[in-house]
Amino acid sequence: MVPVLLLLIPLFSGLALFAVKNENSVKTLALLSSIVTLVMALYGMTCANGSEYLIVNKEWLPALNSRFHMEVDGMGKVLTLLTALSFPIVFAATSGNRYEDSNRFYALMLLTQAGLMGVFMAMDALLFYFFWELALIPVYFLCSHWGGEKRIQVTFKFFVYTFVGSLLMLTALIYLYFHAGQSFDIKAFYNIKLTSSKDALMFWLMFVAFAIKMPLVPFHTWQPDTYEQSPTAVTMILSGVMVKMGVFGVIRWVAPVLPISFYQYGDTITWMAIIGMIYASLVAMQQDDLKRLVAYSSIAHIGLMVVALFATTKSGMQGVMIQMFNHGINIIGMWIVVNAIEQKFGTRKMSQLGGIAQKAPGLAILLVIVAFANIALPLTNAFVGEFMMFNGVFGSTVTSFNVVFTVCAALTIILAAVYTLKMLQKVLFGEASSVTAQTTDISFSVKASLVIIVGAILLFGVYPKPMLGVTSELVDVLLNRMTLTMGK
Amino acid sequence: MNAIIISAILGVVMMYSGVLTKNTSAIRNVAIVGLIVLLGLNMAEGCGYQLFHINTKGMMSFEKYGLLFNSIAFASTLIYFLLSGRDVEKVGVYVAEYFALIFFILCGVAIVTSFNSLLLLFIGIEIISIPLYILTGADKRNLKSNEASLKYFLMGSFSTGIMLMGITLIFGATGSFMLKGIAPLVTGAADAPLNVWLVSGLLLLFISMAFKVSAAPFHFWTPDVYDGAPSVFTSFMATIVKAAIFVAFLRLFDGAYGEMKGAWQSIISITILLTLFIGNITAVFQQSVKRMLAYSSIAQAGFMLFALFGFNEFAKEGIILYAAAYSLATIGIFAILIKMKDYTFEGYNGLGKSQPVLAATNTIFLLSLAGIPLTAGFFAKYYMLAAAIKNGTQFWLVIFAVLCAAVSVYYYFRVIQSMYFKTGNAETTTITPAFKYVLIVLAGIVILLGVFPQLLLSQLYF
Repeated sequence: MVPVLLLLIPLFSGLALFAVKNENSVKTLALLSSIVTLVMALYGMTCANGSEYLIVNKEWLPALNSRFHMEVDGMGKVLTLLTALSFPIVFAATSGNRYEDSNRFYALMLLTQAGLMGVFMAMDALLFYFFWELALIPVYFLCSHWGGEKRIQVTFKFFVYTFVGSLLMLTALIYLYFHAGQSFDIKAFYNIKLTSSKDALMFWLMFVAFAIKMPLVPFHTWQPDTYEQSPTAVTMILSGVMVKMGVFGVIRWVAPVLPISFYQYGDTITWMAIIGMIYASLVAMQQDDLKRLVAYSSIAHIGLMVVALFATTKSGMQGVMIQMFNHGINIIGMWIVVNAIEQKFGTRKMSQLGGIAQKAPGLAILLVIVAFANIALPLTNAFVGEFMMFNGVFGSTVTSFNVVFTVCAALTIILAAVYTLKMLQKVLFGEASSVTAQTTDISFSVKASLVIIVGAILLFGVYPKPMLGVTSELVDVLLNRMTLTMGK
Repeated sequence: MNAIIISAILGVVMMYSGVLTKNTSAIRNVAIVGLIVLLGLNMAEGCGYQLFHINTKGMMSFEKYGLLFNSIAFASTLIYFLLSGRDVEKVGVYVAEYFALIFFILCGVAIVTSFNSLLLLFIGIEIISIPLYILTGADKRNLKSNEASLKYFLMGSFSTGIMLMGITLIFGATGSFMLKGIAPLVTGAADAPLNVWLVSGLLLLFISMAFKVSAAPFHFWTPDVYDGAPSVFTSFMATIVKAAIFVAFLRLFDGAYGEMKGAWQSIISITILLTLFIGNITAVFQQSVKRMLAYSSIAQAGFMLFALFGFNEFAKEGIILYAAAYSLATIGIFAILIKMKDYTFEGYNGLGKSQPVLAATNTIFLLSLAGIPLTAGFFAKYYMLAAAIKNGTQFWLVIFAVLCAAVSVYYYFRVIQSMYFKTGNAETTTITPAFKYVLIVLAGIVILLGVFPQLLLSQLYF
C-alpha cells in the first residue's frame, strides 16, 4: 500500500507534468505532488515495522522467479522520508529559478524521485537493479539539458562511471541469483554460500558499483565536476539523496549477503575511506567556488559513514542510518544557501563575496546553523549521528585498528571545522565587496525552506529518538545475520 | 510449412502486381496485406492449423520455437513496411520487385528456422542471400551502392563456398546430411581419436555462419555493405535477416554439434571477445550514424553469440527476446535515420526541438540498444548474460562484455546528446502523422517488453 503510493505518486505526476505547459502551474503541481508523497512517507513512519501496509509482494516475472517485492523497513523508512522531505524543500527553495521547458524539468525531477523511492524499497535484486538504473536516466537528462557550460561532457562522464558500476553489479547479481536457487528475493540471497574466492569477486563487483555512487576515493572524480555543472536543484538531490544509494546498497545488499568478504576487506576499505576523507577535506580547504567546497565536504562526510559501516557495531550501523538522513538534510541546506547566493549575486566565488551578514541577517543566521550542523556541533542532528558512528568505530571488535581509525576520522572533523568556518567568515563577515554591497534579504520561499531544514536539524539534534527507534530493530537483525553466517 | 509456401507465393504475386499496376502505393498496400496474411497463417500453424501437408522426409520440422521466431520476423517486417514502405519507393522504379525480393527473403527465413538437413540450411541461406545482393545494389546509379553490392556478392559467395565445403566434409565423414545423423557421430568423436574430416567440416561450417552473422574476424564486409546499401534495405538486413541467421546458427549448433559443444567454447569465447571489442571500439570513432549502426550491429552480434556460448534454456529464450528487442529498436532508428537529410551526428542536432516525437522515440530505441532497464534491450542483454553465467565457466568474458556494453553507451548516447543538448536545426524530409503513430506504437512495444518480457517468452510454452 504505502510502497506502491510512494512509487506511483511521483511517477504519475511526473508523467502528467510533461503535458502541462504553464510554468507556474507546473511548479505548483510538482510541489503539491511532492507534499502528498511526504504525507505518505510520514504515515509510513508511524506504521509498525513489518506492518502489512508497508509491504507489497506481487507476481512480476514468474519465468525468472523475480517478484514485485517492496517493503519499507527501518532503513527504508528513514530514507523514503529523506527522499520525500527533500523534494518539496528543493522545489520551494528553487522556486525562483527559471528553467526553459520547465514542465520537462519538473517532470524529470519527479521521475527521479520515483526511481529513488524504488531503490530504497526494493527487496528483490532485479527490481532493485531496475530502479537503480532508472533513477539515473532522468538525472542524466536533467544535468545534460539544464546544467552549466561543460554539462554534456561532465554528465556523460558521470553517467558512464555509474553505468560501468551498475553493469558490474548486475553480473554479480545474476551470479548470486543462480547460487540462491534461481531467486532474486533478498531472503534467498541471505542463504548464499560461495567459495571464498568467488565471494570476494562478487563482493568487489558489487562494492565498486556502490563506491562509485557514494563516491569513495578513488572513484570520486566524476563528483565535483557533476555537482558544479548540474543545475543546483539537481545537485541538491544528487548529494542529498542519491549518494545515499551507495551507502544504502552496501548495508542492504552486501553486508548481510556477503559478510565474509565484508569482514575480510573491511580494513582495506576503511583505509581507503580515511585517505579519501583527509584528501577531500584538504582539497575542500583550497576551494574558492562554494559548490566545489560543498562537493568535497560531502565526500569527506560519506567517507566517515563508510568507516563506521565497516566497523560492524550496532552503534556504528545505527549512526550511519540516521546520519544518511541528517547529512541529506544538512547538505540540502548548504546547497539552498549556495543557490540563494548565486541567484542573488551571480557568483559562487568566495573571494568575491563578503559582508552579507549585515545586509541579509536572516540568511546569515540560517547559514550559520546549517554550517554548524556540517561540523556536527552538539545540539545539531549531525552531532548525534557522528557521535554514534565514532562510538561504533572505537568499540569495533572486527578490526585491530579501531583506535587509529577513530583518531584519523576525528581529524577530519577538525578539518571540516577549518573549511566551514573559513567559508562562513569569507561569505558572511568582513568588508562588503562590490557585488554584495547592494543587497536585500532572501525571499520568503527560500527562507521558509531553510527554516524547515534548521527546524529538522535542531529537532533531531535534541530529540533523535524517533530515528533511533525505527532503525534499532533492523540493525539487530542485520548484525545477527552477519555473525550467524560467520559462525557457519 | 505455411510460412514457406505462402511467402513464396506472395513473392510471385508481388512481381506480377508490378506488371498490373504502376501505382506504387497500391503495390505497397498489397505487400502489407500479404504480410498480415502471412503472419496470421504462421501464427495459425502454431495453433496446429496447417494448410499444406507435405512430407519433407524429416528434412524440416516445425516447432514452436521456429514458428515463434518466424512470427517475430514477420511482425518486425510488418512494422518495417509501415514505417519505411514509402521510402522503399524512393530507391528506384522497380518497387514491386523490391517487395517481391523481401518476401523471398522471408521464405528463406522460414526455411532456416526449421531445417533438419544441412542441405536445406544451405538452400535457406542462399534464398536469403541472393535477394540481399540485389537489394544492396538497388540504387543502381549510386557508385557506393554498386560497390557494396559487388563486395557483398563476392564475399558472400566465398563464404557460401566455405559452407559447402564444410557440408561436403561432414557428409564424407558421417554419410549424412541430417542433423540427427551427424550428432551421434560428433558426440562419439569427442572421445574417439580425432576425425580430421569431421572436425574440419564443422569448423568450416562455423566460419561460414560466423561470416553471415558478421562476427569478428569475419566482419569486414559489414560496415561497407551496410553503409553502401540504400538505408531502407540496410534496416532490413541488419535486423530481421541477421536475427534469422542467428536462430539458424543456434539450431545448427543444437543439432549437429551435439555433445562436443563444450570443446567449441574456447573458439566461441574468442569470437565473442573479438566481435565485442572490434564492434564497440570501432563504432566509437564513426562520424556517420548509419556507419555507427553498422558497427553497433557487429557489437550486438557479439552479445547474441553468448547464446551459443551459454547454450541453455536462458540462451534459447534469450535469443528470441534479443531478436525481437534488437530488430524492433533498430528498425525504429533506421526509419528515423532515413528521414534525416544529413546522416552524420551533427545532422541530428536539435531534433528534440524540431521533431519531439521522433527524438523521444529514437531515444527509447537507443536506450533499448544500450540495454537500459525498462526497455526490451535490458532483458535481452540480461538473458544473454544469465545464459553465460549459468554456464559457469569463463566469468571474465561476462565482465568483458559488460564493459563493452558500457562503451556502447558512448556512441548511442552521442545521438541523444545531438538531439537534445546541442543546438542546430536538424532537417528532415516530410513526416506524416501516421509515421509518428507507428513510431509511438513501436516505442510502446519496446517498453512493454522491457517490463513484461514474458508476454513474448510465454508464447514458447503455450
